[in-house]
Amino acid sequence: MSSKIESLSQQSKWKVKNRIHFPKKLKVVLYGSVIPAFLLLVWQILSMVGVFERHLMPAPTLVLEKIISMVADGTLWAHIGVTLLRILIGFTIGVVFAVVLGSVIGYLKRAEQLMDPLIQGFRAIPSLAWVPLFILWMGIGESSKIMLIAVGVFFPVYLNIVSGIQGVDRKLIEVGKIYNFTPFQLIRKVILPASLPSFFTGIRSGLGLGWMFVVAAELMGASKGIGYLLVVGQNTYSPDLVLASIVMIAILGKLTDSALKAIESKSLHWQDSFGKQS
Amino acid sequence: MLSLKNVSRTFNDGSTGFKNINFKSEKGEIIGLLGTSGCGKSTLLRVVSGLDIEYTGSVKINDDLIKAVHEKVGIIFQEPRLMPWLNVVDNIGFGLNDKKDKQKEAQTFVDLVGLNGFGEHFPKDLSGGMAQRVSIARALITNPEVLLLDEPFSALDAFTKMQLQDLLLKIWHQYQATIVLVTHDIDEALYLCDRIFILRGQPGEVYKELQVPVSRPRSRGDEELAKMKATILDLLDLSQVENGESHDDIKTTTTK
Ligand SMILES: Nc1ncnc2c1ncn2[C@@H]1O[C@H](COP(=O)(O)OP(=O)(O)OP(=O)(O)O)[C@@H](O)[C@H]1O
Ligand SMILES: [Mg+2]
Repeated sequence: MSSKIESLSQQSKWKVKNRIHFPKKLKVVLYGSVIPAFLLLVWQILSMVGVFERHLMPAPTLVLEKIISMVADGTLWAHIGVTLLRILIGFTIGVVFAVVLGSVIGYLKRAEQLMDPLIQGFRAIPSLAWVPLFILWMGIGESSKIMLIAVGVFFPVYLNIVSGIQGVDRKLIEVGKIYNFTPFQLIRKVILPASLPSFFTGIRSGLGLGWMFVVAAELMGASKGIGYLLVVGQNTYSPDLVLASIVMIAILGKLTDSALKAIESKSLHWQDSFGKQS
Repeated sequence: MLSLKNVSRTFNDGSTGFKNINFKSEKGEIIGLLGTSGCGKSTLLRVVSGLDIEYTGSVKINDDLIKAVHEKVGIIFQEPRLMPWLNVVDNIGFGLNDKKDKQKEAQTFVDLVGLNGFGEHFPKDLSGGMAQRVSIARALITNPEVLLLDEPFSALDAFTKMQLQDLLLKIWHQYQATIVLVTHDIDEALYLCDRIFILRGQPGEVYKELQVPVSRPRSRGDEELAKMKATILDLLDLSQVENGESHDDIKTTTTK
């Protein structure tokens, strides 16, 4: 036992060391940047040599210039702000509905039998097919866009919550039953924490879809937003604007996902999984 | 205390499970259940614990008929079954209602099972023996009068197993709970129990009841115990001949 204790405390010392060891993290970032940097370089060279024509595929430097000019005249922030707000509202609505419905349906067999076939049926419809209907109902304004995003976000979150709850280890639930937990206590103390990992999987893929649908919604008619910039770029023959918008979407998508990922690994630090090995 | 009268619980049209189990425990008695795999030992524990209430006959704890999980029952499973998102202290306090001194109470049990300094660790950082210590503490914190153990140490190495057996005895001295212990390990049963029931058959029935007339503290190498072990092995060998089944789960390293 004592040797075990020793080795364990040693282990935890090691972990602490690793955590403060910053260069390792930096190394990972650098490692991940090698290929993108190389591709950018190739793109730049090919543009300068003239293989890529400027009016079709402008060089990275030109795209960067475009972004900087939009930052300078302030238009970029306005467009990003509008897009972020839409995705935030749509995402929140989608997640809230998915959590409520998913929890009830995951926990109660009856509710599943009643509701799940219907929801699965709706899931089979590509979300974009709703667009005409939403526009007819709500016009081309904000509500139809937000609705589309919410619908897109709903399904991955819902599916993951239901399967997360249904997949909770029966053995852990039995431990709760030994202490005479009420259903409510059982949900709060066992089922919810145990299904947290799949909840995070759900909202992360939901967010990915949210970005897809916000762009789709803005492509279909908007006067502001990153998707709108794409349309403007297309109509004014400015590939630099299109590429700049795409880069912005990539950056924002990555940032928001990283934020969720950070929250996830903080909340799930107790998980003992392969991906967490340091 | 704990009393069972004509208790049966069968599955698959009466072909598996157990039937006609009768016994009455003394206060603070340690009862061992030995038997071949599949003869219904775990099922019996689930019935006694109140997790499985579709039995016939009567199971009583202090004259309360068991119809749901009784508050005076504690159970320790074969696997620790810790909540991976709770640290050691919170896992131990898992069964307590949320009250102010919950943390403090859990802390005293951390010390009781010899995990001082590990209160903040999470289950993923515990060895198998430490995790089982946590689950012992979690079962004890509600102060059960009947403690049920289903092969609690079978997944542990021989050395850790002996340490935890001694820990169990120490705790039993302190709390004087009635203990029902299911095990495959004849030495373990002989070292810990006052009375041993040998179950046999499909569905399982009590085949033999043995008193262990050796006073505690017992020595693991006790001659009397060694004789009893031979008897038990004979009993189990006999059943093997009669049924023509294999009992590879019972250690047949005979000491002849
Ligand atoms: N819920 C159930 N439904 C149907 N059959 C069951 C159920 N639970 C247990 N059984 C059957 O009852 C029999 C006894 O099972 P049990 O787990 O009690 O055996 P055991 O004596 O604990 O065996 P082991 O020593 O291997 O743990 C087995 O044949 C099993 O298949
Ligand atoms: Mg069993």
